[in-house]
Amino acid sequence: MRTILFIIRKETLQVLRDRIMLVQIFVPPVLQLLILAQAMTFEVKHTDLALVDLDRSPASERLVERFTASGRFEVAVWTPSGDVADEALLTREASAVLRIPEGFERDLRRGQPPAVQLVLNAEDGAAAGVRQAYAAQILAAFTQAEAAGPIGASMRAATDARPGVAIQTRTLYNPEGAYLAYMAIGLLASLVTLVGILLTSQNIAREKEIGTLEQLNVTPITKRQFIVGKLAPFWVLGLIELTVGLLVIRLVFGIPFAGPVALVYLGAGVYLFAALGLGLLISTAVQTQQQAQFLTFFVLVTFFFLGGIFTPVQSMPGWAQTVAEFNPIKHFAALLRAVLIKGGGFGDVVGGIGAMAAFAVVVLTLALLRYRKTAA
Amino acid sequence: MADRGPTIPREEAAVWAQDLTRTFGSFIAVDHITFAVAQGEVFGFLGANGAGKTTAIKMLTGLLAPSGGTAHTAGYDVAEQPDEVKRRIGYMSQRFALYDDLTVKENVRFYGGVYGLTDRQIAERMAAMLARLGFERMARERVGRLPLGWKQKLDFSVALLHEPEVVFLDEPTGGVDPVTRRQFWELIYAAAQGGTTVFVTTHYMDEAEYCDRVSIMVAGTIAALGTPAELKAQFAAASIDEVFLRLARPVEEAASS
Amino acid sequence: MSAFRSFVVKETRHILRDRQTLAVLLLMPVAMVLLFGYAIRTDVEDVRVLVVDAARDARSTDLTRALASTHALRLVGVVGGVPQVEPALRAGEADVALLLPSDFARRFARGTAEVLIVSDGANANYAATAESYVRTVVQQWAAQNGGGAPVVRTATRMRFNPTLASQNLFVPGLLAFVLTLVSALMTAISIAKEKETGTMEVLLVSPLRPLQIVVGKVAPYLGLAFVNALTALGVAFVVFGVPVRGSLTLLLVASLVYVLVSLALGVLISSRAPDQRTAMMAALLGLLLPTLALSGFIFPIASMPGWLQPVPNVVPATWYILVVRGIMLKGVGLAVLWKEIAVLCAMAVVLLAAGARSFNDRIE
Repeated sequence: MRTILFIIRKETLQVLRDRIMLVQIFVPPVLQLLILAQAMTFEVKHTDLALVDLDRSPASERLVERFTASGRFEVAVWTPSGDVADEALLTREASAVLRIPEGFERDLRRGQPPAVQLVLNAEDGAAAGVRQAYAAQILAAFTQAEAAGPIGASMRAATDARPGVAIQTRTLYNPEGAYLAYMAIGLLASLVTLVGILLTSQNIAREKEIGTLEQLNVTPITKRQFIVGKLAPFWVLGLIELTVGLLVIRLVFGIPFAGPVALVYLGAGVYLFAALGLGLLISTAVQTQQQAQFLTFFVLVTFFFLGGIFTPVQSMPGWAQTVAEFNPIKHFAALLRAVLIKGGGFGDVVGGIGAMAAFAVVVLTLALLRYRKTAA
Repeated sequence: MADRGPTIPREEAAVWAQDLTRTFGSFIAVDHITFAVAQGEVFGFLGANGAGKTTAIKMLTGLLAPSGGTAHTAGYDVAEQPDEVKRRIGYMSQRFALYDDLTVKENVRFYGGVYGLTDRQIAERMAAMLARLGFERMARERVGRLPLGWKQKLDFSVALLHEPEVVFLDEPTGGVDPVTRRQFWELIYAAAQGGTTVFVTTHYMDEAEYCDRVSIMVAGTIAALGTPAELKAQFAAASIDEVFLRLARPVEEAASS
Repeated sequence: MSAFRSFVVKETRHILRDRQTLAVLLLMPVAMVLLFGYAIRTDVEDVRVLVVDAARDARSTDLTRALASTHALRLVGVVGGVPQVEPALRAGEADVALLLPSDFARRFARGTAEVLIVSDGANANYAATAESYVRTVVQQWAAQNGGGAPVVRTATRMRFNPTLASQNLFVPGLLAFVLTLVSALMTAISIAKEKETGTMEVLLVSPLRPLQIVVGKVAPYLGLAFVNALTALGVAFVVFGVPVRGSLTLLLVASLVYVLVSLALGVLISSRAPDQRTAMMAALLGLLLPTLALSGFIFPIASMPGWLQPVPNVVPATWYILVVRGIMLKGVGLAVLWKEIAVLCAMAVVLLAAGARSFNDRIE
């Protein structure tokens, strides 16, 4: 135990002396949170619309009015020609074309569903999908409003149908549809991971490169003492990192925390064992810092993308969702979001904590087995 | 072959090796070396670059597992009980082992703690060591800012901090000026007088003359072993340098033909 | 010139010797294309729906069946009580819940039925899309069962990528990412390493001119980056059938220009960074993250807040991605893309000059 304390003291001193590392730990995270969290959103605020209104009726005008009143669409090109609209899409003058057919209002009154055409520039697919969803919402609201008005009455008279089902909707946890909280918290999970894995793998690779690791290997330090002593300071750093990130989210972005923050620390404490263990495992496979950085980078990118930090796990195919179950960062991000956004309690996250703990045990065991004081 | 053991009995030797061998794939780095070092001896381990010295030292310190043969250091088998060996030895590698970003004191305290010294022992030995080296004023200086010669002396003293039975020095005077080398050897003698066995590799042949006994490694084997006077007599040479050249040349000629 | 050639040979050897890094560099593009192609989706499918059926009558059961048989939806349970909704959403067991009132069949017959769709808004888009799926099913079901609202049929067409195949969308961004990684990051680290170990001084006292050193350093990476671009494109084409509708030559030329921009950035970083770690950090933060997050690769530029929207203009990847998407998906050529390509060329010229100058100033 005493030996471990000596190692911890040495590591802590070195961390505090290492300006580059301190910068590495604290400046990028804050910048990333401040800038990237706001860039990382799928919410599309503005769409330039090319409008082809072939009906020019009060109904079609009400529909167009709904599009522009939403604040998300603006008519940039007004043309009766489909070709001109297409050209606008090609040159990116407009990102969507709305085509209202001739006889739009007439068909509505008769109960013959008219076909509105929406053409989106899917070159930027994520934005196209979102624009489609916005358009669908606007059309749904239009339909519901028209049903209550004279058009609905004349339609029911024409087809003798009853009024339909009134649909109400409610969005829990994030009614404004903002992405900031979701992405900021995802970024926070990735930052804690980055610090944990990169610092550990780089630190040990550095000692290998300089030759001090060999010196430690001729001392009576046991593998366990070495690992515990090495990882403890980084574990604490990871938690400090988390704290800084939480402060930025709370104070700069003003996002309230719905659930108990203590639960976040419990989850992070367990998760960091998994992340640090992974860094340690990487360090046993490399000889130089450069190799450590590359391998870490590769592992991180894979873990981030398969862990649903940037794109939802629910969108992945079945096998990838199964793989994600074994990815500790998926559970950590889910835990952060469940507690901070949705106000989840211990019962909601205990499964995730268990999964992270299991992963930690596996990687730490592997690292322990692979780390050798005596070369074979 | 099998009955030809080292001249010193295993129980009395500080370092004892029989048929110690290490291969890397098909390359034989150390080829059945057999020798022993007596307690309190200053033992010079000479050889050209690539002769296998560092590989042998790594096996004797428990850093590298032997491929064959046996070796005992400080009374323990290096393959069976490397941790017992590590407790009883000091090691100064070719690469500088202290942390540049820690101060002199912090380095000493760290290694003292690693070897299980009590706080009091660390404080006492550190004071004595700094006084001996004349480093008192440098105690709070970061090691990275010290000149190379000072670093080497410090490195050596740290390797002796836990009073090991054997200390292994791998090219301790590489790149150091003659005055510092001289001082360094005074430190080595002082350690030996205190009862520590010193196992030192070097390629400065004049330094070999300072050793009690020397061995000369050529192509993974021990080509000569004895006191400097014995070797000079055996090869009818005026200096160890000449002995070395005679042993090394046939191998080089064989390699180039 | 022979001094220069032997220098390039030495650099190439360095790269070929470090098998581990080389393997990562060669496999990374392939792995990433496969990863993105197979696993990374932003489309909303397999939405998990929880139905709260307080009625349990013929109509409500029928509507539930309609939900269950919808392709994009998966029914995770039918419960009787409202209190079960929130825990299920909070624990992430369901994405959206449909609440049907008691007496649903009778109210539906009278035309006064009201249903409530509750969605988990933590991921806003996913929630909006999931909600619209459920809404569509309910409306269609109501229309089929004689309850009518004026229906507007929407025919949506996704131009240039009709199926919104994720591969088509990500491959251009991936190309930019991989090229940045190999050209900028690798060059920056490799030059910084030579500075750190002191071998740069040896090179500088040799008859090689500084410009030759820079060119010699980056030339092998130029080759490596090109191999990477080709493998990534090859995998995308063979495995996922990603189209190249425009000119492949123009695509390769644009890639070359982009690689030059990245290499110049790598030289700029390394001439200022004192050691490998700083170079790595600078490249990671200054180049790779912007390429990932500020170029329209994953997150649409249209989505960024107003103050941030000008920033992508100075990220080279933004322009490169526009060019690649234009060529691959829209099949347009220089006539449409001249502006983007001109911006890339201008960036290349300015950055190469700046890189060479900075290298001269800082190293000599």
